[in-house]
Amino acid sequence: MGVKSLMLEIALVFGMLLCAVMVIRAGRLLAAALWLAGVSVFTAMLLYRLGAIEVAVIELSVGAGLVTVLFVFAISVAGDQGMKVPSSVPKPLAWGLLAFALVLLLYLTLPPPEVSAMRAEAAFTETLWQGRALDVLVQIVMIFSGVLGFVGLLSESKSEQMAAVVALAEAEPEPPAEAAVTEADALLEQEPV
Amino acid sequence: MTTVLVVGVFGLVAIGLYGLLIVRNLIKIVIALQLLTKAAALAMVVAGQVSGQVNLGQSLALTVIVADTIVAVVGLALAVQVRRRFGTLDVRQLSTQKR
Repeated sequence: MGVKSLMLEIALVFGMLLCAVMVIRAGRLLAAALWLAGVSVFTAMLLYRLGAIEVAVIELSVGAGLVTVLFVFAISVAGDQGMKVPSSVPKPLAWGLLAFALVLLLYLTLPPPEVSAMRAEAAFTETLWQGRALDVLVQIVMIFSGVLGFVGLLSESKSEQMAAVVALAEAEPEPPAEAAVTEADALLEQEPV
Repeated sequence: MTTVLVVGVFGLVAIGLYGLLIVRNLIKIVIALQLLTKAAALAMVVAGQVSGQVNLGQSLALTVIVADTIVAVVGLALAVQVRRRFGTLDVRQLSTQKR
């Protein structure tokens, strides 16, 4: 592998991590969602460089496109609350837990495995549709549940609708009783008996 | 190249985990979860490359991406409904409310 290729990989990884840091540091939710889209773009580029072209395209279209649109929509509905509040977990404890998790990860992955020779594999589509048929089935079920979740995102609860109807009814002034009697009398006089 | 990518995956996991620990906004928690699942998808593909089973790693990464999207959709729907009902997205305030 050439030096140029390695430098490109390092730049892509650095960009991905920079965007990820900005996601956490961003004060506004909208900015965090846009930085997350940046992470998706860099991840898709890395996946493309690894030869996973289909996965890269899906990551770019779904991760950077659909999910970002969903986040922007949800933020516009829920409101962009600036959260400049102290965290629930004390920061030293958070750093300690993070260090513990990273040490555990390093323990599990070190020494780094050597790249083994490519095995004779079927095509990607064959692996996906035949070898991992159960995964595809689970994905379909997950997509249905996602659609239901999106319906939940758009819908209002019945109690809210009833409250709105009651508020509307209370806002309309009722006609006084005497006026109603006079109107009824006038109608009776007009109609021939 | 693999080492650089592994460092990237570790960094993404670390940032996502730290975000999950310190963030109190429900929507931002979903965003931090997204960081973790992106790291998982990238790790699947790298592991596939390392073990020589490229297609298996890619198909698993695809499953992770789909699951990641569904988690985002359902999490955002929950966050929006919580905001409508309780008027806040702060998890600490939510844990002290009675209803």
